Amino acid sequence: MSAVSAGPLEKGSTSTVEAPVREKETRGEEELDLPWQVVVHNDPVNLMTYVTMVFQRVFGYPREKAERHMLEVHQKGRSILWSGVRERAEFYVQQLHGHLLLATLEKID
Amino acid sequence: MEICRAGDALQISDLDPFLAELLRQIPISTNPDGAPGAEARLFAQPSAEEEICAEWKSYVEPELRRLFRSASETVADDLEQLNGSKKSLSNCTLHIPIQHADAWLNTLNQARLVIATKYNFSDEELNDHDRSPIGSRRDLGLFQINFYGFLQEFILREISA
Repeated sequence: MSAVSAGPLEKGSTSTVEAPVREKETRGEEELDLPWQVVVHNDPVNLMTYVTMVFQRVFGYPREKAERHMLEVHQKGRSILWSGVRERAEFYVQQLHGHLLLATLEKID
Repeated sequence: MEICRAGDALQISDLDPFLAELLRQIPISTNPDGAPGAEARLFAQPSAEEEICAEWKSYVEPELRRLFRSASETVADDLEQLNGSKKSLSNCTLHIPIQHADAWLNTLNQARLVIATKYNFSDEELNDHDRSPIGSRRDLGLFQINFYGFLQEFILREISA
């Protein structure tokens, strides 16, 4: 989150307000490590209902959203389920593998 | 065979010897030995990046092995109900505690994936739900996949009800 501050007014100054000075943006490690995505790939063995249930459990998605992703996997061969920091993405991929879904962690170019 | 929810358990009753045997085969069907493709499917690569895969093999894969083995052991324990009895299987009922549902879903999935990989079934074959199990070991494998999928569907319906 960037912050904006106004410079102090000097006594006798005719200027009302100095031009705002934008402070240098500071980013946490998480923001610097953003470009990772969790991708689930199609697998003809896993049941569609099972895949939907796993998406709901792992990501906390509502049923409709989980079904949309499941259908995308089924029809297009893959779906991006989540994107963000690497550590969290690894956690999600581990959860998905624990449910025997084909999932990978990909760096966004 | 009848399958229903009975309180805090799932109940499979009126088992004929053939289906009872397929149930007994669930834990052993999860064994990927002799099928390198099945091992690779159960423990799939998590990334195209070598560094991630190496870390995964050291730290995550052992956890996954423990998880899968634990689920399979839970199912094997439940299936003990089908062993050691001389009475007719038509009177035999298998009770699956609802808290074992996740272990069953996981183990059935392991079994289906391993069988599918061992026999290298095509998408078309996997969508063929009417093939007779009588014919070859391969046909029986496809029947197993469908039967285990049917059980998964039932369990999923019951736990989400």
